[in-house]
Amino acid sequence: MSGFRLETGGRIDRGQPVTFSFDGKTYTGFAGDSLASALLANGVMLFGRSFKYHRPRGLVAAGSEEPNALISVDRGPGRFTPNLRATGVEIHDGLKAFSQNRWPSLAMDFGAINDRLGMFFPAGFYNKTFMWPRSFWDRVYEPAIRKMAGLGDAPTAEDPDVYASTYAHCDLLIIGAGPAGIDAALGAMDTNKRIVLIDEQDELGGGALADPALWPWLERSVKALANAANVTILTRTTAFGYYHDNFIGAVQRLTDQSPEITDSPREKLWRIRAGEVVLAQGAIERPLVFDGNDTPGVMLSSAAKVYANRYGVAVGKAPALMASHDSGWHDVFALAKAGISISAIIDVRDSVDSALMREADRMGIPVYLNHAVVGVRGRHGVSSIDICNSGDQRVHRVQADALLMAGGWTPSVHLWSHSKGSLKWRDDLGAYVPDVPNENVQCVGACAGDWDFGTGAVIDMLPTPKDQSRIKAFVDFQNDVTAKDIKLAVREGFRSIEHIKRYTTNGMATDQGKTSNLNGLQIASSALHKPVPEIGLTSFRPPYTPQTFGALAGHAKGALFQPTRTTNIDSWAQAHGAVFELVAQWRRARYFPKSGEDMHAAVNRECVAVRSSVGIFDASTLGKIEVVGPDAAEFLNRMYTNPWKALEPGRCRYGLLLKEDGFITDDGVSARLAPDRFHLTTTTGGAARVLNMMEDYLQTEWPDLDVWLTSTTEQYAVIALQGPNARKVLEPLVEGIDLSAEAFPHMAIREGRICGVETRLFRVSFTGELGFEINVPTAYGRAIWEQLMAQGAQYDITPYGTEAMHVLRAEKGFIIVGQDTDGTITPFDAGLDWAVGKKKPDFVGKRSMTRPDIVAPGRKQLVGLLTDDPNVVLEEGAQIVADPKQPIPMTMIGHVTSSYWSETLGRSIAMALVAGGHDMTGGTLYIPMPGKTHTAKVSGVVFYDSEGARLHV
Amino acid sequence: MILIHCPYCDEKRPEIEFANAGQAHIARPLDPSGQSDAEWETYLFIRANPRGRHHERWRHVHGCGRFFNAVRDTVTDKFETTYKAGEPRR
Repeated sequence: MSGFRLETGGRIDRGQPVTFSFDGKTYTGFAGDSLASALLANGVMLFGRSFKYHRPRGLVAAGSEEPNALISVDRGPGRFTPNLRATGVEIHDGLKAFSQNRWPSLAMDFGAINDRLGMFFPAGFYNKTFMWPRSFWDRVYEPAIRKMAGLGDAPTAEDPDVYASTYAHCDLLIIGAGPAGIDAALGAMDTNKRIVLIDEQDELGGGALADPALWPWLERSVKALANAANVTILTRTTAFGYYHDNFIGAVQRLTDQSPEITDSPREKLWRIRAGEVVLAQGAIERPLVFDGNDTPGVMLSSAAKVYANRYGVAVGKAPALMASHDSGWHDVFALAKAGISISAIIDVRDSVDSALMREADRMGIPVYLNHAVVGVRGRHGVSSIDICNSGDQRVHRVQADALLMAGGWTPSVHLWSHSKGSLKWRDDLGAYVPDVPNENVQCVGACAGDWDFGTGAVIDMLPTPKDQSRIKAFVDFQNDVTAKDIKLAVREGFRSIEHIKRYTTNGMATDQGKTSNLNGLQIASSALHKPVPEIGLTSFRPPYTPQTFGALAGHAKGALFQPTRTTNIDSWAQAHGAVFELVAQWRRARYFPKSGEDMHAAVNRECVAVRSSVGIFDASTLGKIEVVGPDAAEFLNRMYTNPWKALEPGRCRYGLLLKEDGFITDDGVSARLAPDRFHLTTTTGGAARVLNMMEDYLQTEWPDLDVWLTSTTEQYAVIALQGPNARKVLEPLVEGIDLSAEAFPHMAIREGRICGVETRLFRVSFTGELGFEINVPTAYGRAIWEQLMAQGAQYDITPYGTEAMHVLRAEKGFIIVGQDTDGTITPFDAGLDWAVGKKKPDFVGKRSMTRPDIVAPGRKQLVGLLTDDPNVVLEEGAQIVADPKQPIPMTMIGHVTSSYWSETLGRSIAMALVAGGHDMTGGTLYIPMPGKTHTAKVSGVVFYDSEGARLHV
Repeated sequence: MILIHCPYCDEKRPEIEFANAGQAHIARPLDPSGQSDAEWETYLFIRANPRGRHHERWRHVHGCGRFFNAVRDTVTDKFETTYKAGEPRR
């Protein structure tokens, strides 16, 4: 009825017992056991419930192809890992494992009612059934389906583990350390190649681990490789993906096999670039498709051999074999040698190699040729099987407590396919094998179809006299797809395997059809009466086996998820209680609340301070580009909309940058320092983009221009000093610059010193007040800031953040590119046609000013909005309509781009992009919001000091 | 991850050092204002979308910073060749 530990044999350490639990019950195994082998040794046959029908399921395999025995491991708070294959989990003292997809318990599962209702769950069931009513999908159908059909529970707590990652380079990467992989490594070992040999198991050997005759060779080989200085061996490492140019992703499991939780990394992601790759991934045995083939105790014959020879575990006291391939015969002969009595060999073929017959006869094993299993008795384990003579159709019963399937072999071409190597069909193997490589790679051993397991018959499913529509012969165990489902898909008109796969979900489970793809193909082939190669093959995609998000994320989480750029003044802001926001990876002070202030109150106070006395703002994040060379002015003249050639040294200009399609992409104030030198500024978020664009034109369109572009964003700290008292604060600290209005007018630049430090001092304003932007070498930023704070104390100097900056600029109608523009806005749309040099023969985007779409009426244009209720602050992004009484869906003619409370004006202000907006001044627009539709008057965008009197003082 | 040969550095480097910059060998007209709407539209928007060999521009943005041209197969993602900006189409 169940498995048990053999008296001798296996690579387990019988001197080292290990205690672990499964579903709360304590078991003992030995060091070297997998969770699967240890449970099997304890007589456990039932490992889980199937995805759709909740059928009881046991082990099918012994390796990573296992479709059924998915379990969860709990290593403590935040360390819950679902959907692990029990065959790949090494046991250790204290291991806590749980079965999945069952309630209330594995043996007694309510969901199993789905199995009784199986006739109502054919292929495409969900697509067909849950279509109506549509509103039921989100609220009723999907939650119910998700509750019933499923895998393990996703962990909810944050993962406290650390994950490492590394890059590696080698001349030769060998993936898979079975005999073929080890031979490849031994063969290359004496060259001076750097070799990496990786294998997913905890020890090298692959298939040789289940073959005691090979153990002496294995020991010698592993020792030789371990001693070779040029060979790196990575065990417990899964090569999960094969990417371009021999770039392989692999995850090494470092600590899961150990009972202690430490600070060391749990897993390590290897990114390996290899000169040459050898794939030695072996082959996976194919199950046979027959009624009851998913009963616990029905498993692959090769797996039974692994359990016996590697782990010293018998899968039953009297297993029977159902074979279509010679390899199964060899497997049961090995089991017999290990002391397991074989109840019968059943083979679907009518004749086999006479040597096999003689050996079976010698061992006294009854043989039934030309027979097939047509039924399996027992629900939670095998009690007997019914076999049928394919000739006279006679059915009789054979006593057996386990049933081994030997349906032939499928080469593991997963990574080969990731690398885009082509495949060819081999009729004799009934399998696809590697054909033409796309990278510097070769397949060796069983994954190339090269094996010594003997031969077999290629069949789609076992013959049966039963009504095909009444049996459950599983193809994909994990997704509960039966042969009947695939035939139904074909009957309903699906022809391509890609469509059959998606309709039936065959091969779409977490095992990606390792045991089911080829059987599914064969069944579809028979149903379509077409050879397999004409039906195609679904694509293998990474990962080979599921990997943790932790390993892929590595250190890139939390604060390390992306870099945070900080200015030299950031530490001052932090010390003074600033609330920060992220802008283009920069951490910027948003506002500086005093005790008891919310954002609203802080921003109001900051704005009033700038308008009435003086404010100080960290503008260091502004993009800066130094443009140098004899052709610098000519270059800028071609890039920007405005004329630059006549700009005198010492003066600044607002520059508007378009893309060639005529739409605004950036803006900023730039200064001419010398005939051949400009100091450009860009928006904070646009710096890299603008430099890239300028480099593009300079390198590829106008390589004749002698100009050099250098990013200087991080070379300068920039302090904006804004407000009527700005000059008074600055004057005592500056040397060598006459700050008087006559000597230093608005939009000018002077070079000199501040507090002894070199400065490029701009007289510019993004607030509408008298203003200066003080550029100093970055390292002096905070020191100068503090000097200004001290000097400004008598004027109650007020640090302000980005939020106040936004309000102040909006009061003046200054746009923010990307907020008040969206990549479809021309200078005319934005009301910035004054910044376009009408007489210039050309600049980037000029030709597009007359494109038919640009001159067409009805374009969205930037306007001001003043709500009828001055206390209503519109929501940014809110949609605007011309007629609030029109039926839904309404015609939306624009949206609010900027909207603030202006303490200075005592009311709200907003900017909006509205179709034909420039012609609507004075008109009324409507902004429907939940609960209320707001009304607003269209205005100009300058809400404060429209004459600019406050600037020129 | 693809390795791309930078013709200026003369080294194969990982693709994360590079940025694609669209189809190659589309010169900005010398006199844009002399272009008809149709000609300008073609220059701005009309791009090839071949299955197979494709000429494109790349920039070694996290390296030497230079723009160069490449021939890439859009099916296999393999780079056939790369060459300096200004050199004739290959």
